[in-house]
Amino acid sequence: MNGTYFIELFLGGLTRGSIYALIALGYTMVYGIIQLINFAHGEIYMIGAFTALIVSSVLSFTGMSPVLIFIIAAIAAVVWAAGYGMTMEKIAYKPLRNAPRLSALISAIGMSLFLQNYVLLAQTSDFQPFPDLIPDLAFLKPIETIMNTTQFIILVTTAVVMVVFTLLIRYTKMGKAMRATAQDMVMAQLVGININKVIMFTFLLGSATAAIGGVLISSHIGQINYYIGFLAGIKAFVAAVLGGIGSIPGAVLGGFVLGLTESFGTGYISSDYEDVFAFAILIIILIFRPSGLLGKTTRKKV
Amino acid sequence: MTPVLDVKKLRMDFGGLRAVNDVDLHINEKEIIALIGPNGAGKTTFFNCITGVNKPTAGDVIICPPGATHTKRINGLKPNVITEKGLARTFQNIRLFQNMTVLENVMIGRHTRMHAGIAGAILRNKKTREEEQKVIDDSYEILKKLNLEQFVNELAKNLPYGAQRRLEIARAMATDPFLLLLDEPAAGMNPQETHELVDTINKIRDNENITILLIEHDMGLVMTLSERIYVVDYGKLIASGAPDDIKKDPEVIKAYLGEDTNA
Amino acid sequence: MSNTSTEQANRFISLKDIKKSSFIALWFMFLTFPIMVIKVNTVNNTVEWRWANMIIIGVASFILSHVWRLFMNRRDGKLSDEQKGGQTVEKLTLRQKLDQKPVVAKSLSYAVLVLAIIFPLISGMYQTSIMITALLYVVLALGLNIMIGLSGLLVLGYIVFYGVGAYTYALLNLHFGVNFWVALPIGGIFAMIIGILIAIPVLRLQGDYLAIVTLAFGEIFRIVLENWNDLSFGPSGIANIPRPTIFGLDLNVSQATNLTYFIVLAFVLVTIFVIKRLEDSRIGRSLVAMREDEIASEAMGIDMGKTKLVAFALSTFWAGVAGVIFAGKTTFINPSSFTMWESILVLCMVVLGGMGSIPGAIVGALIITLLPEYLRAFSEYRMVIFGVVLVLVMVFKPDGMIPSIRQKYEFKKKPESNMKEAE
Repeated sequence: MNGTYFIELFLGGLTRGSIYALIALGYTMVYGIIQLINFAHGEIYMIGAFTALIVSSVLSFTGMSPVLIFIIAAIAAVVWAAGYGMTMEKIAYKPLRNAPRLSALISAIGMSLFLQNYVLLAQTSDFQPFPDLIPDLAFLKPIETIMNTTQFIILVTTAVVMVVFTLLIRYTKMGKAMRATAQDMVMAQLVGININKVIMFTFLLGSATAAIGGVLISSHIGQINYYIGFLAGIKAFVAAVLGGIGSIPGAVLGGFVLGLTESFGTGYISSDYEDVFAFAILIIILIFRPSGLLGKTTRKKV
Repeated sequence: MTPVLDVKKLRMDFGGLRAVNDVDLHINEKEIIALIGPNGAGKTTFFNCITGVNKPTAGDVIICPPGATHTKRINGLKPNVITEKGLARTFQNIRLFQNMTVLENVMIGRHTRMHAGIAGAILRNKKTREEEQKVIDDSYEILKKLNLEQFVNELAKNLPYGAQRRLEIARAMATDPFLLLLDEPAAGMNPQETHELVDTINKIRDNENITILLIEHDMGLVMTLSERIYVVDYGKLIASGAPDDIKKDPEVIKAYLGEDTNA
Repeated sequence: MSNTSTEQANRFISLKDIKKSSFIALWFMFLTFPIMVIKVNTVNNTVEWRWANMIIIGVASFILSHVWRLFMNRRDGKLSDEQKGGQTVEKLTLRQKLDQKPVVAKSLSYAVLVLAIIFPLISGMYQTSIMITALLYVVLALGLNIMIGLSGLLVLGYIVFYGVGAYTYALLNLHFGVNFWVALPIGGIFAMIIGILIAIPVLRLQGDYLAIVTLAFGEIFRIVLENWNDLSFGPSGIANIPRPTIFGLDLNVSQATNLTYFIVLAFVLVTIFVIKRLEDSRIGRSLVAMREDEIASEAMGIDMGKTKLVAFALSTFWAGVAGVIFAGKTTFINPSSFTMWESILVLCMVVLGGMGSIPGAIVGALIITLLPEYLRAFSEYRMVIFGVVLVLVMVFKPDGMIPSIRQKYEFKKKPESNMKEAE
């Protein structure tokens, strides 16, 4: 077994896992609070990536420095993705809060279809190259073959986002309100928490992290189209479930497990079966831990 | 006489918490026994262990149905198997099939006593039709015994609270048990309803030959209804005996008053 | 959206409304700005500014927000009326009206049946072929409905079983020359076996965990088909699958299509008949009880594991048989007919129609297969429209188009045992 190859696969897996984790956060938070599988979440990630692409292309005519463009584009992506996320909640999910759960799921599927084809019609069906805006970092030069700059940035950004996220959930008033609502929506309402606000904020936060994931992966892979959200969304959902849906650390762990499994699976076994590895690990883990890695094993209350 | 239910040194651990701690309990045929204790004493867990919802950590649950020649150890069996063997229960927090009618709820109770399979369902032959009709008639009879016949075609969720509690009992009776375990059957009932419930439970025991074990907080009901009482606190059996003895038992008084001041 | 009273909405549009809608219009202009207005081409490095789109969005969202508010108020008004008057004062739906007039209902369904029978005679082969597809989806929706509507098991990989049926026929025919009629039951049974095999390891899983695992199985199935060339001939699929024939006749394409149509139609009827009978039986009751409360069902003596397997078996069989017919109809199959998207589509049919309701599943399947077909005029917009339709139907009819009214076991000895009390 080749050591460098192993490390390469490992880092590749971490990179992939970071992106899955960033998207899975939104999934798992929304699920934790309103028990909705937000099928359109992958589309938010796609819209984030597209917004960044558009903004950076426009800005590139101004002669700004690429790093600045990248930062502005990323901020724009986060802002607009959050906007889409909140609007989507208001139109497609809020009216269904007391409806059967599956109705909300179908509404989410409808939203997903709509957003995909909206981007397809307003933009293009072709793959668009994503501008290369991140300059190579000098200190990574010696290990370029195993870890390039975008990978490095993905890992660092993900780590920072996770820390900020944890602090936000743990120490801010809104974070506490979110956790309370996730535990018991009725009680949360009784103690004066405005759950509409909490849910809206959850969508905002989840969409923002998904957009960050979208921007990062696009600059890593270098091209995007209107359809990238679908598979990424499914994979992130798998990651969220793997970790135990509703659990925030679970989503992160699930993302990394999934990313590493895919990376090693394709690296050592066969690249034809990339998605099979993802789904197989999911099935295996759920057979042995039916509520995911960090999910609460809900003791049946009788 | 062999007791119909004989529980020996039953123990249930949840992680580090010992919810039921070596409890012994036995019931003879046609007795009405109450299991009492402060909230969180482990009464419902005890029920869950007997009915298979939880798998006891240690101890034995032994049954001997009336007329049977052998005893049988049932701990660790699945809930549905235990029900088939003749133990039926109700739930403290009502668990009716909300969107089914009252009649259907009771018919579900008959499930294990029926035989129709997929082929029977599709062909709907004479045997299946007769079986269905018999179940409908039987179920209606059971509803009558619990004064629920006026609700027969209502959805369970639309029933008044007291009626829902009675429907739980009706449904359990439909499984044709020799032992009925009632988890707080009078919770939320008004005095009038409770009074009627006492009559009903007595009738079930006298007319149907069903032995009854119940958990209840309503001391009036417990004292008038039960022949013997078991008291648990913190998972441990602290007293057992006739109602009058239990009333005077210093341990029991301590457990209840101590709990009361905390609450 | 929530606090404006019904009367206010019915009056003229107030200043407050205009303010609100203006704000919404501004919001949407902002929101859609990057994607609707700017169009970049990163290959040629060109940027196109489409300011007209912004104005369109503004005007459209201004008007639509009024319409939306109007309908929302109406919807919420209706809801609160229902709550006020207890459970029974709701306006009768078409379905309930029909239930009260069995003669009308019966003649209506016979009329539909007659129409369905003469359909291939009055329409061309192309229309017939589309209708075959629609009817196959009807079967799929009915089958999935057993799992989702009746038993409460959310399954997202249902199309696998359709695929198993199709490949069973294609492969049996290729290697052993098995004909359509023999393959028909084998496909169903084989799908059933696969269904049970998938169900066994995941019996413990609850709710959405089950959903994602079945989705995972579905995807694995498809990817394996795509890559296992020796078995499935990979993405290029299997061609020249014989169309169904009858009495050894040599049928031309158009005749074979008509025959297939009648086979599917008959199959739909059989499916409806069997499912209806199952629903009103001991087995059906246990499935519904499982949906309502698993713990209580177990306490009533119902074996949850066995019941779940029964649900899987009963549900997957239909998909398998439908798969065989599909293979016979198209004469060519490849893995791309069995994607996750297809599973999702069938799920949409079930929920859109009304979970647990047989007419619902039929209507849902027909709408979802035929709508995009007849929206071809709007070609590129049809998927956008489809997405919007899904959202709108769910928002305004959350229980589906024809909500289920389960056949209840009414005790008939008593006079007037109907459940109506108040008017």
